[in-house]
Amino acid sequence: MKNFQIIRALSAASAVSNIKKEKEAMFIAGGTNLVDLMKKNVVAPDKLVDITALDLKQIEFLKGKVSIGALAKNSQVAEDASIKEKHPLLAQALAAGASQQIRHMATVGGNMLQRTRCSYFYNTDMPCNKRVPKSGCGAIGGVNRMHAIFGASESCIAVHPSDMCVALAALDANVLVEGPKGKRQIKFTDFHRLPGNTPEKDNTLEDKELITSIEIPDNNFTKNVHYLKVRDRSSYAFALVSVAVALDLKNDKINDVRLAMGGVAHKPWRLTEAEEFLKGKTISEGIFKQAADLAMRGARGYGDNDFKLTLGANAITEALTIAASK
Amino acid sequence: MASKKTNPNKVSVEDSNSRRDFIKKSGLFTALALTPPSLVMASENKWDEKIAEYLETVPLSIEVNGKKHNLNIEPRTTLLDLLREQLQLTGTKKGCDHGQCGACTVHVNGTRILSCLSLASMQQNAQVTTIEGLSKGKKLHPMQEAFIKNDSFQCGYCTPGQIMSGIACIKEGHANSREEIREYMSGNICRCGAYHNIVDAITEVKEGGKEI
Repeated sequence: MKNFQIIRALSAASAVSNIKKEKEAMFIAGGTNLVDLMKKNVVAPDKLVDITALDLKQIEFLKGKVSIGALAKNSQVAEDASIKEKHPLLAQALAAGASQQIRHMATVGGNMLQRTRCSYFYNTDMPCNKRVPKSGCGAIGGVNRMHAIFGASESCIAVHPSDMCVALAALDANVLVEGPKGKRQIKFTDFHRLPGNTPEKDNTLEDKELITSIEIPDNNFTKNVHYLKVRDRSSYAFALVSVAVALDLKNDKINDVRLAMGGVAHKPWRLTEAEEFLKGKTISEGIFKQAADLAMRGARGYGDNDFKLTLGANAITEALTIAASK
Repeated sequence: MASKKTNPNKVSVEDSNSRRDFIKKSGLFTALALTPPSLVMASENKWDEKIAEYLETVPLSIEVNGKKHNLNIEPRTTLLDLLREQLQLTGTKKGCDHGQCGACTVHVNGTRILSCLSLASMQQNAQVTTIEGLSKGKKLHPMQEAFIKNDSFQCGYCTPGQIMSGIACIKEGHANSREEIREYMSGNICRCGAYHNIVDAITEVKEGGKEI
């Protein structure tokens, strides 16, 4: 690992102003992804701004929403009694990600900013448009079992690896950020982006902006929710496909529904068409299957990951069935 | 050749000069090859300002197994390397060094974390417990005893991480069933496949109710 300077910021404003001056500077919090990327020389910052002393760790239930500080640990949120009660889908998704040691270190903001686990991105001997723009994509025509089936481009077929983000996309969360130009708010579903011709950009954060918190508006998704994660082993592996389902049922009729997938695109993949189709319908296996077929329209495989087309549809049906039966 | 053999003093002087020259020219490179503790010493004693300039160190106060240390470290030193290379606490193992195996699990301020992905420079005033800090004198920790009794390891390389994680698993309240233990121990990989006996050991300690 290249050596670097490290400074400890004591306020969000000082963190932003410190990083503003440096070209090759980065924020660090949990470090569970960044330190790994630095060891592999995928990123090599000259300076790190340690933000772990900032006062951004609280989970606060406010009028009409919950606010979760960007530095709240993944395990802290997953095991918070009120989060489990009011946003069980988020708690389930967090518990499905990583290992307990990593959840104790990793923060909410860092989870959002983690990079793809595409092996071509990690291997500096291979071409990767995300790591080195215009160098090519090793995964297209290469080993691409883990890769995208939705929204990919000729430049990049990598997926975003987070579980937490799939739940937050489903729950219509918002992201609060602070940067050199001041504070602003980004809809969670607009935070991550599709690769297009610029896969080096994972999200819509502007240069040197800092995530300060996320907010989830209150909802009725407290009972019939399920996060289904399909992976190569039963725990501690990234998703091949995951599905977040939240149903608001009244006498078996679907009042409201949220559906999102993970492991299938460069961003958490919200299934709005399938949601619209399900609204107002009475729950049944047939309806769930139709919704799954609708959701999978436009999906395409790249060879090794063709199985995701069938797996995706089955996972959606299964997750809806489990959520409805709770 | 013959004159050199008959005049050893001359040879000695020449050798000495050339060595000095060599050291002078290659001072920086020699410094770069030094191990971190010697480098810290070099930098503290201002042996070569170039060294300090090139490899800047930061001060760190850290408590490991109840013992306080005031050190100067490179910002890029991981907690794992600090423990193993500078404090000679080699009980904590380097398995994958990329957060995938759990062999480097230690407790920081009472919480289990991966020392390979933690920068030591971010652990200011932290209290660290490693496998070496568990026993009380010659009396092993209940989890260590349970691992021996239940034959919970074969090669033993993952064992320090498994034990640190197993203790935390119980303290966190995630050892209420074999399934829950397996889920919350999933970050500790055992290539020998001693999982069944590891779960036995954790279950025994949990049910034994001894203070951990």
